[in-house]
Amino acid sequence: MAEAHDYKVVGTSPVRPDGVDKVTGRANFGADLNLPNMLHGKVLRSPHAHARIHSVDVSRALELDGVYAAVSGADFPSGAEGEIQGEGGGTVSDLAQNIVARDKALYHGHPVAAVAAKSPYIAERALELIDVDYEVLPAVLDVDDAMADGATLINESLHTNGDQSKPPSNVAGITKFERGDVEQAFADADIIIEGEYRTPTAHQGYIEPHACTATYSEEGKATIWCCTQGHFDVRSMTAGVLGMSVGDLKVIPSEIGGGFGGKTVIYLEPLAVKLSEISGRPVKMVMSREEVFRATGPTSATHSRVKVGAMKDGTITAASAWIAYEAGAFPGAPVGPGCMAIFAPYDLPNFRVEGFDVLVNKPKVAAYRAPGAPQAMYAMESAVDDLARELGVDPIDLRLQNAADEGTQAPYGPTFPPIGIKKCLEVAKAHANYTTPKGEGVGRGISAGFWFNIGMQSSAEVRLSEDGTVTVVEGNPDIGGTRASMCLMAAETLGVPYDTVRAHVGDTESTGFCNVTGGSRTTFATGMAVVQACEDIIAQCKQRAAATWDIDADQVDWTDGEAVPKPGVNVDVKPLSLADIAGNAGRTGGPILGRASLNAQGAGASFSVNMADVTVDRETGKVDVVNFTAIQDAGTAIHRAYVEGQMQGGAVQGLGWALNEEYVYDANGEMENAGFLDYRVPVTSDMPMIDTHIVEVPNPSHPYGVRGVGETPIVAPLSVAANAVRDALGFRIPDLPLSPPNVLAAIDEREGA
Amino acid sequence: MLARPGRMPMAKVVFPDHLLSHTGGTREIAVEAKNFRGIVRAVDSRWPGMEAVLMKTAVAIDGQIYQDAWLEPVQPDSEVFFMQRIEGG
Repeated sequence: MAEAHDYKVVGTSPVRPDGVDKVTGRANFGADLNLPNMLHGKVLRSPHAHARIHSVDVSRALELDGVYAAVSGADFPSGAEGEIQGEGGGTVSDLAQNIVARDKALYHGHPVAAVAAKSPYIAERALELIDVDYEVLPAVLDVDDAMADGATLINESLHTNGDQSKPPSNVAGITKFERGDVEQAFADADIIIEGEYRTPTAHQGYIEPHACTATYSEEGKATIWCCTQGHFDVRSMTAGVLGMSVGDLKVIPSEIGGGFGGKTVIYLEPLAVKLSEISGRPVKMVMSREEVFRATGPTSATHSRVKVGAMKDGTITAASAWIAYEAGAFPGAPVGPGCMAIFAPYDLPNFRVEGFDVLVNKPKVAAYRAPGAPQAMYAMESAVDDLARELGVDPIDLRLQNAADEGTQAPYGPTFPPIGIKKCLEVAKAHANYTTPKGEGVGRGISAGFWFNIGMQSSAEVRLSEDGTVTVVEGNPDIGGTRASMCLMAAETLGVPYDTVRAHVGDTESTGFCNVTGGSRTTFATGMAVVQACEDIIAQCKQRAAATWDIDADQVDWTDGEAVPKPGVNVDVKPLSLADIAGNAGRTGGPILGRASLNAQGAGASFSVNMADVTVDRETGKVDVVNFTAIQDAGTAIHRAYVEGQMQGGAVQGLGWALNEEYVYDANGEMENAGFLDYRVPVTSDMPMIDTHIVEVPNPSHPYGVRGVGETPIVAPLSVAANAVRDALGFRIPDLPLSPPNVLAAIDEREGA
Repeated sequence: MLARPGRMPMAKVVFPDHLLSHTGGTREIAVEAKNFRGIVRAVDSRWPGMEAVLMKTAVAIDGQIYQDAWLEPVQPDSEVFFMQRIEGG
């Protein structure tokens, strides 16, 4: 594998191909499609967090002029079986019941029925005419209540880990990892640190609400236009819910206004298809912001207990964690990755982690950047910070002393190949934002972060046009600048200028299968497919050149975008450029098309170290971030500015989660702050410039060393903020968010006010 | 196939805690197989029904994490760790 400094275009930062359309409003997002005779769909949502549904009657809604269709759970196939073959997993049955409730409403906002009418206004009026007979049940609203003895059961047939010999429970699953003799190691430790932590329900906060348009034909085939992180997964999930063949569904992705994991699942698409089937017209459905908050995402609220044991010399000898994650109304909290990630930065001889996947009467959680890792690592990194204080050592030195390295057996099993955690810590230690003394009243926090990264399935086609321009076609919606990254890797591989390459996101009928854009997999896995497709192009171009020169293909080299005879080959010819070969393709065998499909393996873990300075206003409880530094191992940065953008975006999202964001529920389980005015994400004026430093420890499994960068940046900011506030206040507030009222209450309690 | 006397070395196959209920508490076995598919077959022959369980897991072979990798080669001295699948946002 070439070193980064050998590359001609990889590692540069050209303007993104989709940028002009997006800043001028020309780009089409999920809600932008309009079709002739199109209807507008709306969803009736449960006003109760937990209720048995005795009946749903849509007959009065159908009598309203302008209403063309109305559906409830009874209109959808029952008894759906099988597993979702997508990124997030779960069962088709649970997905179907989340799309529209059947016998029970499981959270406030759970869809109960839907209508299609000739205007959004009529559709909303029609919802008021749907009669639902509810029997309201007690709502279970947090993980502790859900796990308590005698808790109201959300699903009476759910048994922990499927063990039918045990009574039903709200605990869907328990995950355990253990190594060494944990109890003996704690007994032998010189210092024990223990902490108990909570993180709130938080939303991904993407700007674009979910939206789709569907049309169903007389042949029984449907087309869906939607904003999604993965249209092939939309196809399989929608087909599963509706009992259709994937061959009868075509999904066309729009541009996407943010997802962060929240658009790897479906909410509206089966409803729109069914309403279109009944009405015979296209149906468009667009969520309001309130619906997004009440019924999509969020990520798990958690309750964790962590214990760390160490010797006086700073060696961490034992750690244990108990972590409970809210799953929402159906099983599937990201507690498994949380258990696997929590100790990942460290070389620990003895540890135990126990994780719980717990049902509550809230929306089913969806993936959110590095799903499960921020919550668990928040707990561990807070405890490590307290350990450094107890030992009186530098928190970076403590982490360096105990850091994992190449050859360390990761807590989740495998042995680490080359990884960048130590390099990140060394960069942090030498960084000006760390060596500069703190100002008066300033608190400084530091934390490590980690994400596994994943591969999965990808396809790519590379097409040569007659003038030598190159079109890359792949199936991953572009969230974070992947078109530019694909073009850069294609240009580098082919040896041509970046501006001669175009990237196109194909729909489910115009390109090969790709899993979702998520898991930091696209630049790694789809990029690998693009590189292989370009190598296919090069092989064909060498054959065309050989045929032109009347020599064998193995006598041709590909150098700087040109076919040239290999040294020693006795032929008097001029090099043939990609444009030369493309222009004569018709004469040498026809159009040139490169292809690759793969299940990418060997994703490389990405570690980070973040640090920040904060101030805390003791009168108001407001925390201000003075500076923030994100250091991360990207493997190789394909597009440097977008890697930095991912690091900055993740930092801001993580800080929002740490400092202000939380779902506020009333006693009946209704979210009270379902809007961006009351659920406040950080805005530009809240944040300092996020400093970045890209560490590059190439992943040996990728042709350009890519690890993937989108997940890791959100992991460390939670504990960075908490550790900095701890430093500023002199005591720790273990429950997030560190919002003004929460911080003020903690200060008042501490000072006996 | 599972390890038999005199046919060493074998790949070391390790099960995490959440799979121990399926293996009767057995955490580690030695298996002779050419690829990951062979490992799954061998485990299923010892504990019938395990194939369906293992299809929902990821696996780390000699430190590299794989998902849905039936054909991935396994060496006689390989370490094979079953682990939970990883998703992402």
